[in-house]
Amino acid sequence: MDVLLNNLDLFGPFFLRTIELFVLSAVGSLIWGTILAMLRVSPVPVFRAIGTAYVTIARNTPLTLVFAFFVFAYPLLDIVKVDYFPAAVIALTVYTSAFICEVVRSGINTVPVGQAEAGRALGLTFNQILGQVVLPQALRSVVPPLISTLIALLKNTTIAAGFSVAEAGAIRSYLSERGDNQLVGLLWVALGFIILVTVLSFVQRSLEKRWSVAR
Amino acid sequence: MSNVLFDVPGPRARVRYRTYAVIGTVVVLAFIAYIGWRFYDSGQFTARKWEWLQYAQVQSDLANAVLQTLEAFAAAAVLALVFGAIFAAGRLSDHAWIRGIAGFVVEFFRAIPALILMFLFYFGLPTVGVPMTPFLGVVLGLTLYNGSVLAEIFRAGIQSLPKGQSEAAYALGMRKTQVMFLVLLPQAIRAMLPTIISQLVVLLKDTALGFIITFQELLYYARYIGSQGSFGRPIVPSTIVATGIYVVMCLLLTALATYLERRNRRNKKVVGIPPAAGEAALVSAA
Repeated sequence: MDVLLNNLDLFGPFFLRTIELFVLSAVGSLIWGTILAMLRVSPVPVFRAIGTAYVTIARNTPLTLVFAFFVFAYPLLDIVKVDYFPAAVIALTVYTSAFICEVVRSGINTVPVGQAEAGRALGLTFNQILGQVVLPQALRSVVPPLISTLIALLKNTTIAAGFSVAEAGAIRSYLSERGDNQLVGLLWVALGFIILVTVLSFVQRSLEKRWSVAR
Repeated sequence: MSNVLFDVPGPRARVRYRTYAVIGTVVVLAFIAYIGWRFYDSGQFTARKWEWLQYAQVQSDLANAVLQTLEAFAAAAVLALVFGAIFAAGRLSDHAWIRGIAGFVVEFFRAIPALILMFLFYFGLPTVGVPMTPFLGVVLGLTLYNGSVLAEIFRAGIQSLPKGQSEAAYALGMRKTQVMFLVLLPQAIRAMLPTIISQLVVLLKDTALGFIITFQELLYYARYIGSQGSFGRPIVPSTIVATGIYVVMCLLLTALATYLERRNRRNKKVVGIPPAAGEAALVSAA
């Protein structure tokens, strides 16, 4: 308990930074992942190929490597200078959006064929069918796997600690500088993550109840 | 499935799609060309930056680093499978206290980031006098995290088997352990094999986390080579090479999963797992 109370100035802001990192990359990857899913079901073969190639590469590269690229290699390219925190958000978004894309795509597959057919019979265009008929239903039906992906994202934010972002994963190195017990400190960090994950699971359950599609 | 979303294109739609295709290709090519030009402009494609690949010493060190990655992967994969099987059986036990403990352990380790687990082992345990190497830290961290995810996958697989399987086994006079290990688990593993392998891909990728606790694997070596002044600090080339190796290794595993999935679909004897169950388990593993 002492380790936590003596270092509240560390735990508080660092966990807030984690939540900030999580929210920004979650919003980013939800948007970018949905766009990728739309590319993957589009009538233009080239768009489908682009989406597939992106997802295949992003899903088979370790996140640590994506981080390493944006933090060590990207600055050498001399394009736009990106700070550590935005770089972490970009790395997490690039990686997680591939998983979100797959979830959304599987959601599109759960929408009954009749929905899209009815849309076509009414003369809606592809964009209207996808945006106004299929996607709203698809997103509602994939709440559980979507939240699971976001929970994975929350846990992945700790990797940013290895790349100079002061978030919950970095608490350990500060504790060791202050000479506090690292084992106890790490157990508190673990508890913090368990609480955050539990909160997300509650969000999932309530969304599931409110949004479930009656079929 | 996707063709339900749009009609077979008529002549005008075909022209429009072709225009989109051209625009899309041009945009993507322009983006890739821009990145390539930035690489070129900042001198990443000069021969000097790639020279390091020609040294026999560097090549053997690189092979060694890949071997380290694979070693950690193999050890953690085997241990995680064992851990998963034991705790899946525990969660389905008839004794409430075993169910309780197994459920607690699995939920606990699933909620903690793999990196924090590695920290706990590598930095935490030595403070109470347990000696630890980076390799052990990586393997134990990956085992507990992926093992508990695998336990959930096994459990989903066992629960999706028809009830008649265990009933028939009990009717034959088998004991609980026999029913679990001779009848249920083999079928569940076979049906869930694609999902299990996807989880092993996650495990393989997560060995790169070892980089942060100074485990000398592929990414660590790429960074090391990239900081060598005598080779002109080729961090961009070495990252590209490491990415290539990781992607190839993961794609090989993924190809195995796809192959097994296709074989399962052909084989009537394997009980079909509803895709929703498998997918949910797979996604939670991301």
